[in-house]
Amino acid sequence: MNRFTALRRWLGEHLVLGLGILVLVYTFVPIVVVALMSFNDSSRSRNLYKFQEFTWNNWRHPWEPNGMKESVILSIEIAFLATLIATILGTLAAFALVRHRFKGRSAANLIIFLPMASPEIVMGSSLLALFVSSGFSGQLGFMTIFIAHVMFCLSFVIVTVKARLGGLDDNLEQAAMDLYATESQTFWRVTFPLVLPGIIAAALLSFSLSFDDFIITNLNAGQEVTFPMFVWGASQRGVPMQVNVIGTAMFVIAIAIVLGNELFRRRQEKALAA
Amino acid sequence: MATLDDVAHGANAKRKLTGYWLILPGAVWLAVFFVVPFFSLISASLYDPSGSVEAGYSMTWHIQNFADAFDQYKATLGRSLLYSGVATAVCLVLGYVLAYAIAFKAGRWKNLMLILVIAPFFTSFLLRTLSWKLILADDGFVVDALQTVHLMGDDGRLLNTQFAVIAGLTYNFLPFMVLPLYASLEKIDLRLIEASSDLYASPIRGFFKVTWPLSMPGIVAGTLLTFIPAAGDFINAELLGSPNERMVGNEIQSLFDIGDYAAAGALSVMLMAIIVALVIVFIRRSGTEELV
Amino acid sequence: MRSVDSAVEESATAGSRSLRLSQLTKEFAAFTAVKALDLEVPQGSFFALLGPSGCGKTTTLRMVAGLETPTSGTIHLGDKEVTYEKPYKRPVNTVFQNYALFPHLDISKNVAFGLQRRGIKEVKKQVDEMLELVELTSQAHKKPAQMSGGQQQRVALARALINKPEVLLLDEPLGALDLKLRRSMQLELKRIQTEVGLTFVHVTHDQEEAMTMADTIAVMNQGVIEQMGAPSELYENPRTTFVANFLGQSNLIAAEIQGREGGQVKVRVQGALASIPAERAHSESGSGWLGIRPEKVLLAEAGQQIDAPGDVITGGYITDVSFVGVSTQYMVKMPWGQELMVFEQNTGSRRMLSTGTKVDISWRPEYAFLLDASQDASAGIEDE
Repeated sequence: MNRFTALRRWLGEHLVLGLGILVLVYTFVPIVVVALMSFNDSSRSRNLYKFQEFTWNNWRHPWEPNGMKESVILSIEIAFLATLIATILGTLAAFALVRHRFKGRSAANLIIFLPMASPEIVMGSSLLALFVSSGFSGQLGFMTIFIAHVMFCLSFVIVTVKARLGGLDDNLEQAAMDLYATESQTFWRVTFPLVLPGIIAAALLSFSLSFDDFIITNLNAGQEVTFPMFVWGASQRGVPMQVNVIGTAMFVIAIAIVLGNELFRRRQEKALAA
Repeated sequence: MATLDDVAHGANAKRKLTGYWLILPGAVWLAVFFVVPFFSLISASLYDPSGSVEAGYSMTWHIQNFADAFDQYKATLGRSLLYSGVATAVCLVLGYVLAYAIAFKAGRWKNLMLILVIAPFFTSFLLRTLSWKLILADDGFVVDALQTVHLMGDDGRLLNTQFAVIAGLTYNFLPFMVLPLYASLEKIDLRLIEASSDLYASPIRGFFKVTWPLSMPGIVAGTLLTFIPAAGDFINAELLGSPNERMVGNEIQSLFDIGDYAAAGALSVMLMAIIVALVIVFIRRSGTEELV
Repeated sequence: MRSVDSAVEESATAGSRSLRLSQLTKEFAAFTAVKALDLEVPQGSFFALLGPSGCGKTTTLRMVAGLETPTSGTIHLGDKEVTYEKPYKRPVNTVFQNYALFPHLDISKNVAFGLQRRGIKEVKKQVDEMLELVELTSQAHKKPAQMSGGQQQRVALARALINKPEVLLLDEPLGALDLKLRRSMQLELKRIQTEVGLTFVHVTHDQEEAMTMADTIAVMNQGVIEQMGAPSELYENPRTTFVANFLGQSNLIAAEIQGREGGQVKVRVQGALASIPAERAHSESGSGWLGIRPEKVLLAEAGQQIDAPGDVITGGYITDVSFVGVSTQYMVKMPWGQELMVFEQNTGSRRMLSTGTKVDISWRPEYAFLLDASQDASAGIEDE
């Protein structure tokens, strides 16, 4: 085999992987830009969204822009609450779908799938229509945002937990009962620990979906302002760079959690294999 | 014996009910806040178009709203479907490459790469779209480079064009294509793929004969999860496009802003009708278990 | 869990009780898996439930474990009925086919699981003893995913054994292992059972495995037990064509019963005369299948003197010769068209015969058996 053929072979084998990595890199380009822009000094011309001068200022005074802090706090509060409720309800539903037989399963599957596939504008506007026609048009705010967020997070939680639960060997629970564990003990000592990673993944997913949501929130928020709404409003007037600080910080925290967990897992495996 | 049999059957019956109880809260939430609102939307679309937030709305079964909406916005509807279609197609290509790489070529790095696919989710997508605005700006790096290589004329633009909007849509919805594709590809037995390269003269032929059909559930799921939300998006059109590129989403949002609930409703319902038609076609082919 | 503990204590002092299944039936919507099974497993024995896939053996096992609810019938441990008891209330443990080790617990926690659920606090000593028994002491803190198939199997065994159950159920536990490992595990299991003295019920489709390990075998087919007894008994004196074909291989030749003479049943076999000891004749009607194992058939070239003559049929010729090291396997085509199998041990006393050679076959009458003609002569033959 001459070197040319060897090279062709190597290329062929690694082509797909290389292309895949390229696509992955492409998805990170805007994030790099966000991070870069968080160091941008835009004081000279507010309206121009372009890198002008480097500064630490944005990171040193992240809460400077008016109303941004409140919007971030609101977004976190809602995300936290919505995640809690959606995760609980979604996990219960996932168990129902995987472990129990009941009529109306196809209908249930369809209703769960649709929110993931619907355009946000339609979901948001129909919810608004509901609130208005029920007479709550004057009370749009925290509760309506919360309701909307749980609604669209539910589907994602159910799908995620369902995937994890469906992959569990059901012999395991039988083995537990065979080994003198009651139904309750079986659940808490075998089933739950094994589904937990799926539940946590679902919660993380739900949190980021909620924090990041704009279209549905915007229609149903009334006077409240969440972080994405703040950014949107700012984008018309001139975006304060601290917005990028928040974005970068959120990203770094989330990545740290997820990567940290992955590294921890790998280190554990290595230690045991030794 | 009869009593013990009853015990066994009784236990079974109790288990049947548990399923209903477990799914009840979630199902109710979705029913009340997802299904019912659609009916509200439909009824809003039949409002008297002269209604407003101050004056209130009256339901007058004004079916004319639909005809009006269609007349006024048919171009926009068509454009939205076009942009979304192109974005979905590009997502399919890019997403398939990435999903395939992760499923079959990543080895130890599989988990890491999956995390990296989802990672961009953690940054506000508004911020990411704003970043694209920066990257594609007229005096930005990309346009400069293209002009230098003469791939673009001196007064060429990337921003405020169809290209920018479609590129933005593609970027934003890529994970929704990659994940179902990955889930589907992952289930394929590697030996089938090895066998296909054995049987068919070229690996490309082998791919289309074996891998592609086997990944069909993922392809369809990913397509639905990308095309449908993209069709209703307005952020990309607003930030990256000019008024010529307005999509249905933009129009609906504007109509809501000015309080014209009737027209907004009618337009939304029309969009949803197209979507439901697509989903039904899909279900006819593969049933709902594949969806979730 | 006091009820389980007291049951286990009982067994420790009084010796484990015998397992008795009575008219045990399991019906599913589409078919009946187990039909009115009657079975008694003597305590302390190694019992095998042998049969092809789908015969109901695993369903039976699961009913004994409590993982499947019988449609009717009873299961008794000694005097106590356990038919509808929950699995965690029975002093019975199972070794699952795919081991079902808890992936999130390490080996020692897996093994200790049953003891801890019964409320026993001090488990370290017992766990260490058990791990030593299966030679996995050094792996105590590893997780199942990091162990080989053979190791996982031993963990599954330890996890069940540590509870000293009255009956240990094994659901094809050696199926996933390679041949060499399977052989050594068969001997291991037998050794452990003899050492520990518990009742083992082993479900398998591998007849060699059953014959190697078990004191008693019950051959199951389509939900019923065809025959039950010691391995040699089942092998040498099968009562149905299924057993004759499933355990080892048999030649079944159509025969007409002529009558009884003394302790022998006289039959006419394709023109020749043969006799079968009365206790080995299981046919009621006027005809039957004369059965003779391939290794019991003697071959001689046509016309030549046969070593230890018994009943003889002439006129065959060899159609296939397979040298298998230990023996030579011949296919002999007989005048009526049937091909018979003959296995000859390669003692070296005679050279191998070649294809086409005309031969006479013979066998000692005491090795022949007679089966009912109404039975399917191809029942129990494993599809390749």
